[in-house]
Amino acid sequence: MGKTCAEKILSKQAGGDASAGEIVTVQPDHLLTHDNTAPITAKIEDELAEYGVADPEMPVIVLDHVVPAANEKTATNHQKIRAFVQRHNIQHFYDAGTGICHQVVVEKGLALPGGVVLGSDSHTCSYGAVNCFSAGIDRTEAAALMLTGETWLKVPESVKMTLHGSLQRGVTAKDLILHIIGDVSASGCSYKTVEFHGNIETLSIAERFTMANMGVEMDSKGAMFPCDTVTETYLEEHDVARNMYEPVWADSDAGYTSEHSYDMDDVEPMVAAPHRVDNVKPAAELAGMDIHQCYLGTCTNGRHADLKAAAELLDGEVVASNVRLIVAAASRAEMSKAIHDGTIDILNEAGAMILPAGCGPCLGAHQGVLAPGERCLSTANRNFKGRMGCKDAEIYLASPLTVAASAIHGEITDPREVIQ
Amino acid sequence: MTVWRYGDDVNTDQLFPGKYTYTCSTPEEIRPHLLEDLDPDFADDVEAGDIILAGDNFGCGSSREQPVVGLKAVGIRAIVAKSFARIFYRAGLNQGLILVECPAAVEAYEEGDSVEIDVGEGEVTVGDETFSFPPLPDRILAIREAGGLLPYTRQVLREQR
Repeated sequence: MGKTCAEKILSKQAGGDASAGEIVTVQPDHLLTHDNTAPITAKIEDELAEYGVADPEMPVIVLDHVVPAANEKTATNHQKIRAFVQRHNIQHFYDAGTGICHQVVVEKGLALPGGVVLGSDSHTCSYGAVNCFSAGIDRTEAAALMLTGETWLKVPESVKMTLHGSLQRGVTAKDLILHIIGDVSASGCSYKTVEFHGNIETLSIAERFTMANMGVEMDSKGAMFPCDTVTETYLEEHDVARNMYEPVWADSDAGYTSEHSYDMDDVEPMVAAPHRVDNVKPAAELAGMDIHQCYLGTCTNGRHADLKAAAELLDGEVVASNVRLIVAAASRAEMSKAIHDGTIDILNEAGAMILPAGCGPCLGAHQGVLAPGERCLSTANRNFKGRMGCKDAEIYLASPLTVAASAIHGEITDPREVIQ
Repeated sequence: MTVWRYGDDVNTDQLFPGKYTYTCSTPEEIRPHLLEDLDPDFADDVEAGDIILAGDNFGCGSSREQPVVGLKAVGIRAIVAKSFARIFYRAGLNQGLILVECPAAVEAYEEGDSVEIDVGEGEVTVGDETFSFPPLPDRILAIREAGGLLPYTRQVLREQR
């Protein structure tokens, strides 16, 4: 029997032949940490003084969760991280304003096909978009990795998802992944790696990113796309030469614990209703529901293509008077594109509040916090109770198109109703 | 000893709200907010030696480790669940918290049953029924036996010297 993508990548790491269920030692290409770098390094102050960082090339530190700092405590947190970066000569540091860590990792060419990246953030699984095996870990493990440069991973079993057809007008990769999560459930891929097969070439890197990003919402350990010409072109545009990576993909006779098939033609605009990501319904079914805030951004849907798609609907329109529209690009680079082609101008004229590139309202730490009884329609990846800072508020998840169409009408709206 | 019982897919925002993630890191800071949006009585009433019994996918969502650090600090003896979310399970191992995956034990529990855990034997007893759970691989057990990943890492670093 052949091997899955995860088995092959982890075999390469183990320097041998590893199969699902085995435990292997891995030395990840990179370790991602963000604003949580300060509490991570605080755990190992004595050890850092004695042994230093195992490899100053390995950590990638991006300040993104509370940027710019919201108060003295978060400002001091950032200050400690900058001091750590300088003291230990950390090579990959991106200060506040560069963007959301996952977007930054991919656009700086730090997650490469066939590689392994671990990060102390659950959405580290995003790099499967570019064929990089990636998964989230906790702060303590990140601390240990800084000291030793290695950890263990159990080689996961895999789930095969084959995509047929193509997405129809008004339907996006966000709708597709919400549809899939609704189908398999929030625990549907626990401890397993998802591989996306089939009509992948129709999906851009931005779309693959949206899907891989939400892999953890079905508890998967990585959500992998193959490396194809779309990937190669993207990486080349981001100064990564073809000889810098070795893509890995599953053998045709690899073994899977389950196989699923989805026809993209049949997917409709979908919405995840509170307080679970797998509580998915067609947008049309929720149409007419009042909303108070719309949020366009996050590592799931804050790329230029997402902002532009929303702006096409909002062009010449004004956000309904009962709704606040908040926009935050996934990175400065994505923001630049949106400024240069007039996307930001359209969103601003429509009444949006434009925030700096960062995680912003998604985790409820600052910016765009909700009040009790309020309802937010968001392009983010989680709608857990309390997620946006208030346990008595409701979060609905949808695509940039659904958010834009709904912002215009002040109520949940199927974007196909608005698209000309 | 209290058995705290919860259902499926309890997420990390319920165990420790995201709004505190960048202002609370120590056990003292975490404790008052433990399970705040899931069970407002928990933080006040939990005692050392208590057990949590939960359904599938316990600890899903964020990679934040405050839930694990907090539950360990208040002295939770073990969490017995039908299954754990991957990152939470790893975080539990790394803090030396005992996590037992045993669906049959969770299903057997009825209000008022006692719950006993014998980690060495790999057994959990609910009322008068005993269930076994598989042992951890030696390599992972070594992390727990050292008291968690950081004490383990300190051992490794000293040995490498």
